[in-house]
Amino acid sequence: MSMGIGMGYWEIVLTVIGLAVITVLTRSFFLLPERELPIPKWLNEALRHAPLAALVAVVAPEVVLTNGHLIDSWRDPRPYAALAGSLWYWRRRGILGTIVCGMAVLLALRFGLGW
Amino acid sequence: MLDSVARLWRDPDFRHGASDMLGTALGIGAWGLVTGVAMVKVGLPVSLAVLMSLLVFAGSAQLAAMPLIVGGAPIWVVWATAACVNLRFVIFSAGWRPYFAHQPLARRMVMGYFSGDLNYVMFMRRYPEQRPVPGQIPYFWGGVVVNWLSWQVLSLVGIVLADGIPTAWGLGFAGTLALLGLTGSLLADRATWLAAGVAACAAVAAYALPLKLNIVVAIAAAVAVGIVLDHMAPAKERA
Repeated sequence: MSMGIGMGYWEIVLTVIGLAVITVLTRSFFLLPERELPIPKWLNEALRHAPLAALVAVVAPEVVLTNGHLIDSWRDPRPYAALAGSLWYWRRRGILGTIVCGMAVLLALRFGLGW
Repeated sequence: MLDSVARLWRDPDFRHGASDMLGTALGIGAWGLVTGVAMVKVGLPVSLAVLMSLLVFAGSAQLAAMPLIVGGAPIWVVWATAACVNLRFVIFSAGWRPYFAHQPLARRMVMGYFSGDLNYVMFMRRYPEQRPVPGQIPYFWGGVVVNWLSWQVLSLVGIVLADGIPTAWGLGFAGTLALLGLTGSLLADRATWLAAGVAACAAVAAYALPLKLNIVVAIAAAVAVGIVLDHMAPAKERA
């Protein structure tokens, strides 16, 4: 709490170690068993949507909420930056361009218009 | 050990794997740079950002976990979210199996740990036939070395640079934009679009829930909608 963030130092260390274990377990998941094992159908179906769902669940609040409430000022650069990034991705693909385009809009609004 | 590393370095398949990956090294590096900057800008101390980069080695999971860590979510919610973001690797691991199943368990785990998204894409393009042939393992490691180096070096550069960049610039949002681009790459058809819409609405609507449970609610709702839509689509085609 002294750092102004929600977790203590060692709590974050523990979280990070757990995240490393998750990297190992997810990336080698079906490499772990010695014998061939069938992948259940329902799991296959859930696997298709879960990564997208997790990404969107994290991104959406970051774009439209401020302190837990919907953004109520139109002078918040984040939705415009997200829109610009989305348009870039839609037209040109490429994650790098999405980042550059979105950040260009964000910084332009922040420093150009003082938002 | 050193001898086998030297032998690997001269291996033509290792070099082929490395040069195939060099073409995308810039993109990987930029993504690493953004993640490095974002980790510090979101509020992680530099020492923890370095630890996270070196140990976790999974950009999208790191970016997804950070707002939760800073927001004080319980550890299990952070882990569950990272595991969900990483689920695509579970699918990839089923794809690796025909090639690497004959390796010892410890080596399979190490290879799994180092296999990023692009390693999978490059490897499957080079070896579309699902059987082990000589040269595959050095080719794999060639790609891994380039992928790992370009990611880690630029990520550490980002962590160092981030300290000199004022928080007010809002560079942490670059991480959100990177996730946005990754989201775009996963939107394929009507079912995925609708599932994404449900996830977005649920995550925002349920934001007031304690323990960052809105993330879990959003994932469950979106997966359910996605599965239902998948089952409806073929029925419609038959009619």
